[in-house]
Amino acid sequence: MYATALIVFRESLEAALFVGIIAAATRELTGRSRWLSGGIGLGALGAVLLALMAERLSGWMDGLGQDLVNIAVLATALVLLLWHCIWVSAHAREMVQQARAVGASVRQGQRTPWALLLVVALAVLREGAETVLFVGGSLVGSTAVSGAAVLTAGALGLAGGVLVGAAVYAGLTHIPTRRVFAVTNLLVAVLAASIASQLMRAVAQAGFVEAGTAPLWDTSSWLSMQSPLGALLHGLVGYDAQPSALQALAYAAVLLLIALATRWLAPRPRAG
Amino acid sequence: MHRRLLLSRALCAAAIAATLAPAAAAEPEVLLVIKDHRFEPTLLKVPAGQRIKLVVHNQDATPEEFESHALNREKVVPAGAKVTIFIGPLKPGRYEFFGEYHEATAKGAIVAE
Repeated sequence: MYATALIVFRESLEAALFVGIIAAATRELTGRSRWLSGGIGLGALGAVLLALMAERLSGWMDGLGQDLVNIAVLATALVLLLWHCIWVSAHAREMVQQARAVGASVRQGQRTPWALLLVVALAVLREGAETVLFVGGSLVGSTAVSGAAVLTAGALGLAGGVLVGAAVYAGLTHIPTRRVFAVTNLLVAVLAASIASQLMRAVAQAGFVEAGTAPLWDTSSWLSMQSPLGALLHGLVGYDAQPSALQALAYAAVLLLIALATRWLAPRPRAG
Repeated sequence: MHRRLLLSRALCAAAIAATLAPAAAAEPEVLLVIKDHRFEPTLLKVPAGQRIKLVVHNQDATPEEFESHALNREKVVPAGAKVTIFIGPLKPGRYEFFGEYHEATAKGAIVAE
């Protein structure tokens, strides 16, 4: 039962960290809990559907069906995050002016960030599908353990993952107000970069690209992906002990792209 | 401007077609079976320096997740399903993999030489 709880914990950790970061990045938005829960609910529903289709899906395209879905999900999430980062930069001047005029906090009254809602749904969908498949398989296949025990262990593992996500969120809420905008933009940018890196890995796994897929370096002796810190950093900043050249390139390119877009679109200090 | 757009679109399509088209010399294909929560064989020998097409067939009634930190690959294999995972090109050496859902018994390694 410990094994089941541990596996569910690991699977849910990544999604929980993701949600925690997005929740922190949108802390100032009114009604944020509503759409965040909506995103999570939507993702969970999608995860169940995906898990149900898994058997049929995996045989598509000569055994690559699952990778194709994964690539589509990651690519969509990446585009949404990039769009969000760039939108925020483009409208930063408006938002700051509005806030000054109203004398209110910067983010109040902002419309629903659909992009982030969808990104949360996609993250929960991806990790959730694996969790549902695993728990479903354990329920069906195991004769030694009762269904109730499996579900309890799964719930405990999930609770553990959520706890870590909540802890990260709580930690992030301690950022002083004047820095919160810059820090949360950085967090979302790093999320986008780590998704780009995972996208490159998925593309290599599916055999769509061959060049640049060999590992660039191996830091697993310093920080293994199996260690708790390694897993945490993987979920937070996309740490990979053996990234390929493509992965590293994609990560850097996304950060660069967002940095440039922010510079170019950000409000300039007024002359005089 | 119009011509440049056409050209870049054509180049894009060509690049996509080139990467999706099967390689001229098909990469070696190796089969890995999951049975009774174990991998068969537990040791796979593959040539180093070229991409390998790893086909994993799960003959159990429950799903398994093929995972390898050394190879940087992870993929869920539903019950009864056959999936494809591309690995490499690998430097000569030993690369361990495991089944995340049954880590105690599902273990193996790929040796590239």
